Order: sequence, then C-alpha cells, then structure tokens
Amino acid sequence: MSRQLLEGSEAIAAAAVAAGCRFFCGYPMTPFTETLEFFGKKLPEVGGVCINAESELEAIGMAWGALATGVRAATGSTGQGLALMQESLSEITRSELPLVYFNMARGQGDYFQATRGGGHGDYRHIVLAPADVVEAVELTQLAFYLADLWRNPVMIYGDYLLAHTNETVEMKTIEYPTLPAKDWAVDGSLGGTGKSRNINPIGMSKLKHEIEPESFWRRLNKKTKEMEKAEARHEQEFVEDAEMVVVAFGTVARFVRHVVREMRAEGIKVGYIRPITLWPFPYEALSSAADTVKSVAVMEQNAGQMIDDVKLGVLGKAPVLSIGGISSDEAGFGIGPIHDAEDVRRRIECGLRGEEMEP
Amino acid sequence: MSNDAKVRQNIISTDVVPEVPSEQLIPFKPDLLLSEDHHLCPGCGEPTAVRMMLEAIQELGLAQKAIGVVGIGCYTALTGVIDTDLVQALHGRAPSVATGVKRMLPDSLTYGLQGDGDMVSEGLQEVIHTAARGENVTIILLNNGVFGETGGHMTASTVVGQRTKNTLDGRDAEEHGHPILISEMIAGLSGAAYVARCGVFNASQTVHTKRILKKAFQTQIDKKGFSFVEILTMCPTGWFVPVIEGPGYLENVLGEIHQLGEIKSCD
Amino acid sequence: MEQVKTRGTVRIDTERCKGCELCIPACKPGVLFMSEDRNTIGMHYPELLAGCTGCTACALVCPDFCFEIYRYNEPVFIEVQS
Repeated sequence: MSRQLLEGSEAIAAAAVAAGCRFFCGYPMTPFTETLEFFGKKLPEVGGVCINAESELEAIGMAWGALATGVRAATGSTGQGLALMQESLSEITRSELPLVYFNMARGQGDYFQATRGGGHGDYRHIVLAPADVVEAVELTQLAFYLADLWRNPVMIYGDYLLAHTNETVEMKTIEYPTLPAKDWAVDGSLGGTGKSRNINPIGMSKLKHEIEPESFWRRLNKKTKEMEKAEARHEQEFVEDAEMVVVAFGTVARFVRHVVREMRAEGIKVGYIRPITLWPFPYEALSSAADTVKSVAVMEQNAGQMIDDVKLGVLGKAPVLSIGGISSDEAGFGIGPIHDAEDVRRRIECGLRGEEMEP
Repeated sequence: MSNDAKVRQNIISTDVVPEVPSEQLIPFKPDLLLSEDHHLCPGCGEPTAVRMMLEAIQELGLAQKAIGVVGIGCYTALTGVIDTDLVQALHGRAPSVATGVKRMLPDSLTYGLQGDGDMVSEGLQEVIHTAARGENVTIILLNNGVFGETGGHMTASTVVGQRTKNTLDGRDAEEHGHPILISEMIAGLSGAAYVARCGVFNASQTVHTKRILKKAFQTQIDKKGFSFVEILTMCPTGWFVPVIEGPGYLENVLGEIHQLGEIKSCD
Repeated sequence: MEQVKTRGTVRIDTERCKGCELCIPACKPGVLFMSEDRNTIGMHYPELLAGCTGCTACALVCPDFCFEIYRYNEPVFIEVQS
C-alpha cells in the first residue's frame, strides 16, 4: 500500500492493472489519450499487451478478441470514439463478454450514450461514475469484478477533469469474492472433440441448424433484470430533512457535495443525491426523497439527460428543476464554469428560489 | 434395349462399403466437420473451401490449437458444424478480433474466415491494418464477388460486367467503379508474409487450395508474419447462372480479374 | 458383354444430394450420371457405372459431402451389358 500523487489517467490505468487487466487498446483522442499512454507503459511491465489501434473500430474488435480468451481486457475513448464502437459494444454484451471500458468524456453530455447505449437491440451496461480520482481507483477495480460476475460490460464514466486532476491515491488492490473459472473462454483445446466453443451473440451452438435467438435473448434479459435489482449504488447526505435535494453525478457532483455541506453549515436545508451507478439508476433513492422534499434540482453538465431518469424516479411526487446546463471551456473539452464552487452555489440558490437555469 | 435401360442395368450399388479389399481415400466428411448437413445452395463453393481448411488444420495436427474468428455471410451458418473453438465477429471486423485472440494466445492457430462483402467492402481497413501490423494470424477470404447472404449484391470485389442484384446490366466501371484486388493490395504491405489466391472450381484446384492453406498456416506456426489466403468460390445463385455453369463462370469471369497464384511468399 | 476394369468405387449419400450435378463433368472416367428417380427432397442424384478409378474428383467438387471414395487393392473387372 503506497500513497502516490497520481493524475486520474494514471490512477485508472494502475487500478486496472491491479485488478488484473492484461490487455488494453485504444485510439488517441482528448481527454482519453493519456489513459492509453499509461496503459501502454504499465501493461508490458506485467506481461500484458497494449495496442495503439488504428481506429476505435479496431480497438473494440481487439478487446473483443482478447476477452474471448478469458483475460481481463479493456478499452476506452471519449464520447465520439465510443460512438464508433456502438455496434460492437452491443454485440459484445450479447456475446456475454466481460468488457470494461472507459469514457473519458468531454463533459456530461454522453449520459444518454452511456446509459441508453447507442447500439442496436436490447442490452444494458453497468455504468459507474466516479466523482474523484480516489473513487475512480475503487470503481475501476469494482468494474472488472462486476463485469466478470455478470458477464456483461461495465463502463466507467470519467471526464477531462477526472483524467487530468492529480490526487493523492492509495493504490490498494481490492479483494473480491472468488468467481467461477471462465470455461466458456476459447483456447483451442476443445477442437475436434465435438464440444468446441462458439462465443457468439445469437445463441448459436454446435450442431444446431436453426438459430433460436428468442430464448437466448430472453435469458439475457432476465440477467439484465437481475443486474438492475442488485447493482444500483448512490451516495446521499442531508436528504431526510432537506427542502431541496440536488442530484448530480461524476466530477460535477464533487462540487455539489462540497457546496451542499457548506450551505448546510449555514443552516440552509439542502441535501444531495449522487448516483454512483448511472445504470442501474438509483430510482428508489429519488422516489424516497421525493416523498419529503419540496423540490428536486438536477445539476448536470449538458442540455438535460440525467433529468429524464430523475423524473422517472420522482414520478411527479415533487417538482423537478433543471439547474445544470451546457458549460464548457474554449476548446469544448468539458471543463466548464460549472466545475467551480461559486458557480455551483449560484445554481443551487437559483433552485432554492424555485427557478431553473437556462441550459 | 434403349440406352437408358442399358445404363440402368449396369448401375453399381453405391450404398455399401466395398467387400473387396480396398482403401478408403476420402470419407464423407472431414473429422473437424460435425455434420454434412447444411442449407447452403446447390453448387456453392464455400463448403468445399471450408472442407479444405478443416482438412489442412487436421493434417497439420493443429485441431487443438485452432481458434477461428468468423465474419458474417452464408458461411456463418457453418459455425454450427465447424469443430474448432470459434468467436463470432461482426461484419468486417474479424481481423481485429483475431488480433486480440492471437495476442493473448500467441501459441494458438488463430484463423479468420470472411467473405468478400464482409472483408473487402465493410472491413477493408481491418484486414489492411492487421496485415500491415504483421499480426501472426491467417486470414482466409471466401471470394465469390457478391454479398451472397443478402441475395447477391455487388461488393468491392465484383468484377466489371458481373451481374448482381444491384448491377443487373453488369457492373459498369463508370457508374460503379472498379473492383479491389485485395490479395495484391495486401501483398504490397511489408507486414504480409504469405499471400495467395486459389479457387475451388475444379478438383485439382481444390487440392491445390488445401496445399496453399497449409503453407499459410505454417507461416503462422513459424511466426513469419501475416498470412492471407483468398479462395475463389462459386455462387451460382448470386450470379444468375445455372449451377452447372458456376465453375466455368468462376474460372473465366472472376478468375480472369482475381488471378490465381502465390502472390507473395517467404520461401 | 464387356469387362470394364474398375479400380475403385464410391458410396453416395443420395438423400443429401441437392442435384447440383457438378460431379458429372468432374468425373474423369465419366462413370457418373444423374438418376431418373428423385430423393426425398425432390432432387436427382448421381448413380455409378463400372470403370471408377477412385480419382476422388467427385468428392472434391461436391458441396454436400455426398461421396465416400474407395480404391481397390487390386483392380476388379465388372461385367456390363454393352
């Protein structure tokens, strides 16, 4: 156990390697590039492989192949690059491969992409949204465990601020319960036995001449429902007697948490709910808060995406106000004025007046 | 007695194993094929190509090392009967998936199996990059000049003059452009160690195809770099020709442009 | 009557045949011909005359794995009606 000052990109790569990740690949794109660079440095040190893919399509394909052999493998990009990977992300899910992938996003506008998915067909990914680098180290390791546990992709929603902030981190390998061996993984050994494997997304198996995707997809859906019930995570403070509760995720939520604590110390009855899993979204926490608060204010760095899930959780029991909005730097990389305690405070005060912010 | 009747009188029984001492030269199916039953068209060249591939793997003793990455086309139906470990990839994407497999299992025999629609249309960049990187995989192309599974549409391999569902008057260079000769394109990359084009339009070429496949697999085993085998196959359904004319069409129309031969070799 | 030197023979799975007829021109000694009867999927299938050499061409061109090829240790002579 050592305490180091690490930037988010490096901490995430180190955490993945600590969790046993031995394959990474990606295409350089701001603000994901450094994550790729750090994996490129760390993986060879442990006998792993990091490939600089020629495009995001190659990257997701290579990760797919590595996963099929049973190793812990990951890839990532920023929102635009993930947009290219969507077909494969969808099919990898139905192939039941335990992909971990990172969106080092340019802000919070990829919430829909992350939680609804841009690929075809029925599938969901568990999405974990760390608020800071320390939490990213923990959630990255959790991601590999959950991915293997459910044989389903897990995404880490990071962003520019997370990737490029230096924090003191204790790089501790988290122990998880032992998982069953991956006997579904291909290694060639069952060739010629009549029992060779076929990792595929439609339920095809050997000596079956008709594909019957329906029963296969139904089984996957059942698994998705179980994931939904079991894996929602959130953090909340000061909700029980709050007049208004602020909902925020990721790096924005870190500022919200700080400001809410400040305002509470001044006697203002405000609380916050921070979804840690964007999927499964912690609807119950919202529903329960909506029973007692006067209003729910949503602060996200986009034109309004998570607010849809908040409204689903609240189900009309309290008014839902938008106090977030589009907030960017000059280059559009996602560090906006919203990443600032004063700006966040202004927004919360706006919400307390019952007003919404212009997106 | 009519000729027909004479012929029928002389018919040899073909449903029993011979009683006279004899040697079985070819069984019904190769060991690595789980069943002969498939729904591919009469006269399709793909089962023959796959048969040669499976026999090559078996004869090299690589059945327990082989991992196939399969694209999407008519041949995908054969994944139910190919008895090697397999990973199903998306249209065009097999070479990258094969890269991931081989990097994690460098001692495996990782092979890709794709059609020309899959590889030369949809997935052109994937195979080019994989070859350029010199990945030690063997990528096999089943080239019939059409997207067979969707009903016979033009691909980037379709030759000028070839009739397909979207080039009913024949592919026209001015309107539809020219075919890509993928083997030649790949041979130009330094990472490609072995590139050959063969076909299954007659018995001796089919035997030759197996020889070429063995050379390609050996290239991988010897870690010499990227190996590529393009196998021209018949698709009489997609070509609008009678089944019996399939082999001739393949040899004379596709084979005229996509020419047979060992295009690049490392010996 | 004629004695036809025959070096080998085939087993044919006539039920699997899809009637593509590629084996007919492939057969070098020309001893395969399509039947008049049809199998259960409605296709004509190949039938064999004396004179097979066991060259394996039919098996190599058949897309449906219908042929099994044997070569006799000693050629046999089959009597046929000329």
